[in-house]
Amino acid sequence: MLKAVLTLYQVLLLMAAAPLLVGVIKKTKAFFQGRRGPGIFQPCYDLAKYMNKESVVSEHASWIFRVTPYVYLGSMLVISFLVPVVTTGGSGAFTGDVILIIYLLALARFFLAIAGLDAGSSFGGMASSREAALSSIAEPALVLPLFTMALAAGTTNLAAMVGRVAQEGFSVLTPAHLMSLGALFVAAIAETGRIPVDNPDTHLELTMIHEGMLLEYSGKPLALLTLGAALKQILIFTLLANVFFPWGIALELNLGSLVLGTLVFLLKVFLVGIIMAVIETSMAKMRLFKVPDLLTGSFLLGLLGLITAFLLRG
Amino acid sequence: MLFYQSAFYLVIGLLVLGGLFSLAARSRARLSVALAYALSTAGSLAGIIFGVSALMGRVTLDVNLQSASIPALDFSLHLDALSAFFIVVISTISLAVSVFSITYMKEYIGKYDVGVVGLLYNFFILAMILLVSGGTSFVFLFCWELMSLISYFLVVSDHRDAKVRQAGFIYIVMTHIGTLFIIAAFLLLYRETGSFSFAKAAALGPTLAPALKTGIFLLVTLGFGTKAGIIPLHIWLPKAHPAAPSNVSALMSGVMLKTAIYGFVRVVVQILGGGPVWWGVLVLALGAVSALLGVMYALMEHDIKRLLAYHSVENIGIILMGIGAALIFMGYGLPQVGMIALAAGLFHVFNHAVFKALLFLGAGAIHYATGTRDVEKMGGLLRRMPWTGFFFLIGSVSISALPPFNGFVSEWLTFQSLLMLGSAPGSTALKIAGPVFAASLALTGALAAACFVKAFGIQFLAQPRSAAAAGAEEVPASMRVGMAVLAVISFVVGVFPASIIRLLSPVIAALVGAESVLPALGSYRWLSVSLRLDGFSGAGAGAGAVGAATTGAAAAPSAIGSVGALSPLLVLGLLVIAIALIYLIAKRVGRGGTVRVDETWNCGMELTPQMEYTATSFSKPIRIIFRRILFPTREVEKEYLLKPYFTSRIVYKGAIKPVFEDRVYRPLTGIFLKFSAKMRFLQSGSIHLYVGYIFVTLVVLLIFTR
Repeated sequence: MLKAVLTLYQVLLLMAAAPLLVGVIKKTKAFFQGRRGPGIFQPCYDLAKYMNKESVVSEHASWIFRVTPYVYLGSMLVISFLVPVVTTGGSGAFTGDVILIIYLLALARFFLAIAGLDAGSSFGGMASSREAALSSIAEPALVLPLFTMALAAGTTNLAAMVGRVAQEGFSVLTPAHLMSLGALFVAAIAETGRIPVDNPDTHLELTMIHEGMLLEYSGKPLALLTLGAALKQILIFTLLANVFFPWGIALELNLGSLVLGTLVFLLKVFLVGIIMAVIETSMAKMRLFKVPDLLTGSFLLGLLGLITAFLLRG
Repeated sequence: MLFYQSAFYLVIGLLVLGGLFSLAARSRARLSVALAYALSTAGSLAGIIFGVSALMGRVTLDVNLQSASIPALDFSLHLDALSAFFIVVISTISLAVSVFSITYMKEYIGKYDVGVVGLLYNFFILAMILLVSGGTSFVFLFCWELMSLISYFLVVSDHRDAKVRQAGFIYIVMTHIGTLFIIAAFLLLYRETGSFSFAKAAALGPTLAPALKTGIFLLVTLGFGTKAGIIPLHIWLPKAHPAAPSNVSALMSGVMLKTAIYGFVRVVVQILGGGPVWWGVLVLALGAVSALLGVMYALMEHDIKRLLAYHSVENIGIILMGIGAALIFMGYGLPQVGMIALAAGLFHVFNHAVFKALLFLGAGAIHYATGTRDVEKMGGLLRRMPWTGFFFLIGSVSISALPPFNGFVSEWLTFQSLLMLGSAPGSTALKIAGPVFAASLALTGALAAACFVKAFGIQFLAQPRSAAAAGAEEVPASMRVGMAVLAVISFVVGVFPASIIRLLSPVIAALVGAESVLPALGSYRWLSVSLRLDGFSGAGAGAGAVGAATTGAAAAPSAIGSVGALSPLLVLGLLVIAIALIYLIAKRVGRGGTVRVDETWNCGMELTPQMEYTATSFSKPIRIIFRRILFPTREVEKEYLLKPYFTSRIVYKGAIKPVFEDRVYRPLTGIFLKFSAKMRFLQSGSIHLYVGYIFVTLVVLLIFTR
């Protein structure tokens, strides 16, 4: 029972923090660009605004278009149920498998990509096509660092992977660990659609990937997809933070460690967000066909991490 | 017992009758079609009953049909668990395909001689069922040849088309080159064991000299690899599969390719008992390359059946990755771990058969409705063919290995098997290779998803791109039922993978010769695998290491740290609950929610189908990213009214360089033709000389074998 409550708490925490994280990133970017920028609650206001709007659906669209927001947000909710956030002891933890999580992300992406094609506009098609290509080449860079960590833990179970690093303390900060972190970080930029891979702030057709697929959405479905995307972002940051820097996560289920776990979690995730914001302000978006080079580099870094993991372990 | 055994003869009887009746009634085409496919449906149903009961140990089959005078002519049937499993695969697919064919083949009345097609179709299934139940390599080769020839005739059904004839020619040449290697391997085995019997060969196989074993292994890898379509032996596959009618393509791709996997497992795992580690590495690498290149070529296709054919290359690759990992573990002397990898490979055999047949039937339904296989001419079919579209979507999701469908589960097991290599004993290079192969599998999976976003999205969504697509109508009931059967299997197996794992358990136990640990691998709710192999080495092998988390949610959390566990049922449950909650909450919260149906925004211009993304444009980023592998070429011709501002006509031609044809096969056939030109002087036209050749050959052979 306690576990179920904890799991629910984790899911709700993620849902609440997700739009705030978007707000914090925007605010940070505004700060570095010398603007005041919107408040950090603006994404929440936006969601509320969408919920009050009528939605327009293309006359060419099929039921795929209507179902996709539910599948997308639904997949993200399932992942939030499986991922260790504040504690490794949630009730979804036993089946919180890394491969499952990657493929649930793929499920959401698959539906979003076909929904992008559904209205028949070239913008959606362009975005779907780019998303399909870039996410494909991001996939090896995303999985390899996670596999390196899984092998060290002897399981693909996330809670166990997180628990191992948390228990072993700072001695796990080997070159392999850091290189895998770097590789996953680049893959996370691609997965969350941030500069230099994609620009989350624009609908300009030359640059858009993720936003292009949402272009035909409005009203409540748009709110669901926006929340889903925010949730996806915080989930990937959580993965990044908790797999590589799990310290502070509650390994035992008592109130003190849970409160500490929550605070540390928020700190870590917002820190990742701020780092992302700094990178976004200091870089220009890459040309589309330069992105594969970046992702190949990240894959090679991950490979290097894997090799050193084996060589140093002997 | 007797009941189940008679089911086997029922299968044979029904299929033979189906074929003969179909031929007999050929002048009355409708009757002929009805008889052929109704009887093959019944035969397949009997096959499922028989296969499943054999796997549950209720029935065995041993028919001794050895010729007394010539012992080599050994037609004995011997059914073991491996045969039974493949009978289940073949019957399941042919059941759905036969139901589909009852109305689908009506399309071909008047075009082909449907009576003959019905005969060939029934005997094709029969040949495959006998192939896997044969207890001797003689039966195997006989049925193998029968299967190859029948499928050749089915491929060239549309023989008036020169391209189809060429496809058929390449198919029959390639398949016979493959058969040559297989015959050589079986003859080597015969020389050592003095018998064609598989059982006798299996008793002696592991003790053969290593060099001989390696020779046999390489021969069967080449031979069965040709039939399975591994790269670079795949060139016949994307030509032959689209040429046949879709129900036949479904059988060829779903089942016929799997008989090659059957043969490979039979010889390499059962008879030879595995070999050195490098065998597994070779198979794993061949699998990984086939999987990656297969999916990349698939992405470049816009003939839906060629696209699906390349996906068969990909999936055969994934199956071989599982089997390769199993061989590596067997080479290390860890058969218990090898079992998991073997389970992954054989499970994917079943899964690929199901979703690939489903997709080929979908392609057939689209062809039935629109008369074309060109993806670029489709569009908007989901509204016109809602059921076909829904089933095709299920097939697409399954083949993209997305949860909660069946493709995901077997790929999950394959991932786990590859990751287990990371903690296997032996060289560090191989440990590193395991996760890298797993990453290549992840890339394959992602590209497959991209390909099916294209295949589904371009065909079924947005506006129709041609009049044929605009006028499409939903296909008749029997075709929908055929697809529905496979779609339901995809889903049910995805949620309850243990249903198939249970059937596989005796197969793998018998193959590896270890006590079965598979029941611990999956209960109805779980799949669990440990990446740590410590428990396997030495005497501590067995129940402790694999699947410590057996059943129930209560026991599971305590097992964290030792196993990776997957509960597809839980995932499905969570997904359903999450979607229901989102729906209910989103409905109540907020004042919005009214839906207005309106035009798609197109910058103020009217949206036409020409503006839609096409399959070619969809795959362009991937074509450019992998240009070093795919070698795309393009030609653009422009005609102007006023250069360079007003274009009146643009012709775009894009193609992928057929690297293997150009670099491998053309030089080879060139050498072959040159050689045969040199040998022409032997061919004088004199019959006496030919008889002389035969006599000399006979004498030489007699001296040689003395």
